[in-house]
Amino acid sequence: MATPPRGLAGRLSGVERSLPVWVLAALGLVVLMALPLAWLAWISVSSERGATLAHYREAFTDTALQKALWNTVVLAFWVGLVSVAVGAPLAWLTARTDVPGKSLIRALVMASFVTPPFLGAFAWVMLAGPNAGLLNKLWREWTGASDALVNIFSMPGLVFVVAIYTFPYVYIMIANTLALIASDLEEAATGLGAGRLTVARTITLPMVMPAVVSGFILSVLQALALFGSPAILALPAGFHTITTQVWSFFHFPPKTETAAAVSIPLLLATALLLLVQKRLLGRRGYASVGGKGGQRRTIRLRGWRYPALAGCLAVMACAIFLPYSMLAKAAFARAWAQPLTRDNFTLGNFSFTFFEYGATRAAIVNTLELGVMTASVGAGFVALLAYISNRRLVPGHQIVAFLALAPVVIPGVVLAVALFIAYTRPPLLLYGTLWILFIAYLTKEMPVGYAQSEATFRAIPSDLEDAGRILGAGRLRVLRDVTVPLARSGVIAAWCFIFIGVIRELSASIILFTPNTRVMSVVIFDLKEEGQFGAIAVLGLVMLALTFATVSLVQAVLGRDVLGVRE
Amino acid sequence: MKSLVVSVMVLVAVLAVGARVDAADDARVAAAKKEGKVVWYTSLELQTSERIAKLFESAYPGIKVEVHRTGSGRILQRLMQEHQANIKIADVVHTSDAGHFVYLKKQKLLAKYTPAGTDKFPAGFKDADGYHYAFRATVNVIAYNTKLVPAADVPRTWKDLLDPKWKGKLVTAHPGYSGVIATHVLALVNLHGWDYFKELAQNRVMIVQSAVDPAGVVASGERQVAVDGGEYFFYQTKKKGNPLEIVYPKEGVPLVVSPSAITSFAPHPNAARLFTDFSFSRDVQQVLADSEGLYTGHPDVKYPSDKPKPSELKLLTVDPDELEKRNEEIKKRFVEFFGA
Repeated sequence: MATPPRGLAGRLSGVERSLPVWVLAALGLVVLMALPLAWLAWISVSSERGATLAHYREAFTDTALQKALWNTVVLAFWVGLVSVAVGAPLAWLTARTDVPGKSLIRALVMASFVTPPFLGAFAWVMLAGPNAGLLNKLWREWTGASDALVNIFSMPGLVFVVAIYTFPYVYIMIANTLALIASDLEEAATGLGAGRLTVARTITLPMVMPAVVSGFILSVLQALALFGSPAILALPAGFHTITTQVWSFFHFPPKTETAAAVSIPLLLATALLLLVQKRLLGRRGYASVGGKGGQRRTIRLRGWRYPALAGCLAVMACAIFLPYSMLAKAAFARAWAQPLTRDNFTLGNFSFTFFEYGATRAAIVNTLELGVMTASVGAGFVALLAYISNRRLVPGHQIVAFLALAPVVIPGVVLAVALFIAYTRPPLLLYGTLWILFIAYLTKEMPVGYAQSEATFRAIPSDLEDAGRILGAGRLRVLRDVTVPLARSGVIAAWCFIFIGVIRELSASIILFTPNTRVMSVVIFDLKEEGQFGAIAVLGLVMLALTFATVSLVQAVLGRDVLGVRE
Repeated sequence: MKSLVVSVMVLVAVLAVGARVDAADDARVAAAKKEGKVVWYTSLELQTSERIAKLFESAYPGIKVEVHRTGSGRILQRLMQEHQANIKIADVVHTSDAGHFVYLKKQKLLAKYTPAGTDKFPAGFKDADGYHYAFRATVNVIAYNTKLVPAADVPRTWKDLLDPKWKGKLVTAHPGYSGVIATHVLALVNLHGWDYFKELAQNRVMIVQSAVDPAGVVASGERQVAVDGGEYFFYQTKKKGNPLEIVYPKEGVPLVVSPSAITSFAPHPNAARLFTDFSFSRDVQQVLADSEGLYTGHPDVKYPSDKPKPSELKLLTVDPDELEKRNEEIKKRFVEFFGA
């Protein structure tokens, strides 16, 4: 016999001690989101003479805003399509075929996943600006053409640059699904005489369809919420998207009410999209999906192996090789558009960025401080929430799960508008401090961290905990001695996901920062507005180095890559 | 080479300033040192701003200049947002939109302070009530890439830019971001009317934000001609060996006078006054003219021989009051024509 049971009183006190913790966590969640969103809703209908719909009328009858809305719809739709067109084949190739270099492809998809999109957009300005862009210059030299090959300052250019950093969402959804579908049905169909295409059409496709559609929706949501890429590529071409438009409402004289009135419908639209996605995923009743075991047959590509690899690498050239090399070149060049000859080589961009430009160091310190703080508090918080909801510890635990995931529907710009309104007035004057950024980041990164933690707890069977409880340990003791050791690596992974999300955050920061609370992304954006290419490239490289250091940490801790598929 | 010239100037300026810091100033300097720093909101080009800051820091060791550089429009936005939230950060404010200073003065956000030596500044360079003084000036010009634009095609007037042959080849900065450009737009609206910009927009002009950015865009060859932008930065870019040439259009060039003022709520008022006096001293004003290509209100400043002196230019001036009143109209109509 192991430890003797402690008796009823001991067990009861264990429960009671833990109860306030759960309640507090749940309450914190409500305040974190409810307060700012309530303010947002109120400001959007408030006027000096009571409630009004005037701000909505003003916003949506404005032709400039209508155009921005339409541009956003076009952008998001095409980004969704292109992401599926790129992400689905890649996922299929790595999950089901014998394409060579699978782990390389996966590593590159992961690199694209964590690349800050605005850095990609910035690099693509240098690659595909219609006249000075490197690719266009080469194109003209080779073909003697007078027209540009690609004009990155255009809607197609914007769709392209956004999609190459968004397709990993589709990839993850589909690759994870394919990894769970056993091949027996496909084999049965083949055995019954169906051709390869028929099998794909009648068996595989219907099974991955929910994943395809939800990957599409996730991509659309990303594109809707993005601020940096449109600001870098659409504004020079003379068009707005909804995010840049909301941002411009903060220019002097500020139109906060209009910004709020635009934010609310945007919020509803994203919520609706996610609802659709949830319905689609929730409907999957296939016994084959979600189950474990079963063999997955590898499809032989034969002669197509290397062309397929080439195709994957071409995508990666667009997302990784070309932009990263361009950033590196710009960091060492006096004039980014000229070849990197000895005359054009300089370390001046580095010395300027680190030693002369006063904003750099403060911004790096702020970024790291916020990253560590948000990740630490966030990882703990989401672990607690995931534990509560996964183990059904409080009545209404479903609500906890819902609230933890709810910020997914809040685009960064909308969140920033809400926080700006809520915290530039008493009782909580947080604007001007790092706390407002902290709240923004915590709220924004919560869903990602929560999803990771939820998966962690789902993987830890509750039998071990039950055993501990039966042996008389209180819930907190079980948590400490059983659950935490088992969950540790999952929590560290959540920490890293939040950290990566924080250091690249731009769309909320750009509205919430003050001169003393600038972060790296904001400094990069400021430098972009001034056209300081060298310094941006240097800071961009620093940001990438930080990101990839964190990614390697996750991989070391989890023993697998961050995309979430076990080989 | 350029950095050598700058360091020599720094040295000269430091020596000159150092010599003038006598006993009477000691108390002032001590008070400023106690504050330890001065926070400078400036729209002057980033590297130029950092150079001025370094000059001050070497003249007054122990007092740091915190440079917050962004466009004039962004500076006003931040000042007003911070004011609304009762946040006090800025000591010295310097932008290129003289209208902003009319507004800030009305809002009682400026402190009255007359920097030493400004009594001889011309009328357009100082506020009648003594709240703000022009730290520097520049003009808006056309600039083109000499490798891409043949001599015969070079635009000579603002209206030459309306020719459809320039479609897709032009770049403009943004009046919502840059005070230099806001001033420019008003000056040209007064000269040619809004139709000028309506027609210009037909040439599908690339839009950047800062008035210093068109220089980079044209130098890189991304666009052939800049339809506006601060002359001082075109001059700096050209001096660095870029294939860029400046045109001073025949109709006249919009003069941009950029005021500087101490805020009424300055957290470091002594350092702010010391920094303001320093920046208006002849030595610093001479540095602005020599290495940065700027114009100043200081009557004793000598200008480099490889660019026109202000007296040789036909200047188009705008009234700061009018700039303040038409601020929204300028931004709104620009966005209406150019799209963003």
